[in-house]
Amino acid sequence: MQFLITTFWIVFFVAAALCLGWLFRTMIIRLAPTNFAASMRRAPLTASFGMLVILLYIFVALFAPVLAPFGEREIVGGEFLPWSSEHLLGTDNLGRDMLTRMIYGARNTVGIALATTALAFVVGALLGLLAATVGGWLDQVLGRTVDVLMAIPALIFSLLLLTIFGTSVTTLILVIALIDSTRVFRLARSVAIGIVVMDYIEAAKLRGEGLWYLITREILPNAMAPLVAEFGLRFCFVFLAISALSFLGLGIQPPTADWGSMVRENATLITFGDITPLLPAGAIALLTVAVNFVVDWKLHEASGLKE
Amino acid sequence: MGTQSKDNPVLLRIRDLRIEGSSEDQWTEIVRGVNLTLRKGEVLGLIGESGAGKSTIGLACMGFVRDGCRFSDGSIEFDGIDLRKASRAEARALRGKRIAYVAQSAAASFNPAHRLIDQYSEGPVFHGVMSRGEAESDAVELYRRMQLPNPNEIGFRYPHQVSGGQLQRAMTAMAMSCRPDLIIFDEPTTALDVTTQIEVLSAIRDIIRQFGTAAIYISHDLAVVAQMADRIKVLLRGEEVEEADTYAMLAQPREDYTKSLWAVRSHARPEQPPVTDGTPIVSVRNVTAGYGQTIILQDVGFDIHPRRTVAVVGESGSGKSTAARVITGLLPPSDGEVFFDGGLLPPDYRKRSRDQLRQIQMIYQMADTALNPKLRIRDLIGRPAQMYLGLKGRALDDRVRALLSLIELEPEEYLDRLPSELSGGQKQRIGIARALAAEPKFIICDEVTSALDQIVAEGILQLLERLQSEFDLGYMFITHDLSTVRAIADEVVVMKEGRVVEQGPKTEMFQPPHDPYTELLLSSVAEMDPDWLTNLLAQRAAT
Repeated sequence: MQFLITTFWIVFFVAAALCLGWLFRTMIIRLAPTNFAASMRRAPLTASFGMLVILLYIFVALFAPVLAPFGEREIVGGEFLPWSSEHLLGTDNLGRDMLTRMIYGARNTVGIALATTALAFVVGALLGLLAATVGGWLDQVLGRTVDVLMAIPALIFSLLLLTIFGTSVTTLILVIALIDSTRVFRLARSVAIGIVVMDYIEAAKLRGEGLWYLITREILPNAMAPLVAEFGLRFCFVFLAISALSFLGLGIQPPTADWGSMVRENATLITFGDITPLLPAGAIALLTVAVNFVVDWKLHEASGLKE
Repeated sequence: MGTQSKDNPVLLRIRDLRIEGSSEDQWTEIVRGVNLTLRKGEVLGLIGESGAGKSTIGLACMGFVRDGCRFSDGSIEFDGIDLRKASRAEARALRGKRIAYVAQSAAASFNPAHRLIDQYSEGPVFHGVMSRGEAESDAVELYRRMQLPNPNEIGFRYPHQVSGGQLQRAMTAMAMSCRPDLIIFDEPTTALDVTTQIEVLSAIRDIIRQFGTAAIYISHDLAVVAQMADRIKVLLRGEEVEEADTYAMLAQPREDYTKSLWAVRSHARPEQPPVTDGTPIVSVRNVTAGYGQTIILQDVGFDIHPRRTVAVVGESGSGKSTAARVITGLLPPSDGEVFFDGGLLPPDYRKRSRDQLRQIQMIYQMADTALNPKLRIRDLIGRPAQMYLGLKGRALDDRVRALLSLIELEPEEYLDRLPSELSGGQKQRIGIARALAAEPKFIICDEVTSALDQIVAEGILQLLERLQSEFDLGYMFITHDLSTVRAIADEVVVMKEGRVVEQGPKTEMFQPPHDPYTELLLSSVAEMDPDWLTNLLAQRAAT
């Protein structure tokens, strides 16, 4: 019986997600400009569901102060209050409203993850394309440096660096961006290596084009598809890394709301059979899945396959 | 070729075949009602320009359509079996065993991770024709019949260890492994140079005769098809233009389209008086160049005058393209110099001034890789004009439009297209426009027509010739195709193994006495005579 009920819920959620995706897609096709609508028409339901979820998260993150019923750090009642009409998701270990912290957590965790990924990409992709284009000793120096950085396990390395430089949001972003940019560097370089041997790059060099033009106009547009796909995946990894660091106490520092640390702070509740501490984890999981749905679709499109 | 096949039983009969292909969610007909009858032991040539549906029909003879295509009507009957109705398993039992396929690019069709003999044995063992051991000894036998060097050992090499021509022969041997009734050859010699082409052609012809195999030979080169086929079918846009016996077809083509295929070869540039005075636009003097320790070019020298075309001829690996790389500055020579309009050019392109770079432009063989697929035509052509001439906004737009009209493309229609939205010939025209946009004095054309079929290539050659007289351009024309040389060159430089073996005005080159190598190149050009190959081989065997 229990099994049947579980199955029912799973089927229900999947169906609901696909319905939402369909509704969202129909809406976009109606409202969006024609060329975007045309590409949306070919999007699978999973991808449109993913986009809907991502938009929702962005909306929540942007309008956190308006949406949240209480202040981020405000103690509003007793500790570990159960779900009620006043505190929809109860309160945490210090008596702060759980729903409020979830909403602010979206802003902090997603915002920091986005900034980190963007930084990792700007640095990693530019250096990778530069290494492939210039070649020679620059390629060797950058390549070997990256090898050294990649030889150290990422989590241990970030723990080490955060212990040395202290735990502020800025150092957190810089440290994770540095570690992740090595992965981006490798991808960007290997993609660009295949592009720089093309005749059109030779033609551009013979035309006397500078390095910046070569990289941004001739190489980057052709390397975009794998980089975009990697961006989505990398975003999830960064997201998980920040949450993991927060869970370990070296990430985003209290009292700032963050999904990773929220799991740790309220972990005791799990022993009492309460699922509240797992909600932040669920929020992380949902966003990760959503991002991957969209990335899968983009990858599929970039590879030129038709179903 | 023989007349004995006329009374043989019919092997393959295709009736009113229609195949559709999808593009942008729409189905368009690409083969429109083609009929075809092939008797046992007969060779049918399919010819037409690209997009005529030759390859699609070739694959359909195996009951196969490419992804994104579908059969819409008609029947394909192979020895009493309807291939359109056959199940997957039935079709698989036939393919490789009774119907085999030889693809255009052997290098791309062999699996690079396995030895030739392993790939040879795969078919016979899979179909249960032979055991593995029998297949291996059979492979050696067929390699010997295909006149491959070291037939006992060559099978144990990997595909990258043998040359292109040998690979193509190994592939034909592989297609023969199950002794099929029908082989489909899809442009098997198109990617090879003339001297290799002859070896492959004669080997293929011998082996299909020895085994009495029927064949469909697909090519866009009429002279090649004439050597191989008993009958020729001409296709245009998925429809049959005409079909006749090879001799009859060559002697008296009926349709205008077929006649135009013949006419292409007759184009020849009128003779121009040799230049004796004046500074050459580009002068290469005693150039030796190579990569690391390997020397590719040795003591190469030639002059190119304004308004003249110098064809540089030779087989692949002879150093033609390396000479071009030295002129453009991509490969600084270890010895010798290059002069432009009397002035010494810095050996490395990075040391050249913007104006020196502007004066020497290049048009590439593969327009696909020479145009950035993510840039629109407007930017592709506009960039050199913007960079070298400092044009902006309205002036730049006008210039791009003028250039497009110059290469006979409608500006309104093409300005905002991507290269992928153009045909092969149109892409090559964009490549020409990009070179012209810099307003150069000298253009290097690196095998610009070899990836195009004859009618399109003819258009490109005429365009280049017109532009030359309009803008006083000097051309260096790299090619391995001597009929192109005849069509466009004023002077010829013949290269072999990095050296110039002979050079002079075109008329002199095409008349004896020749250097032995020039002689070999000249005699290897396929002629519009069905007996040409037979006579040539007999002649070479005699000497």
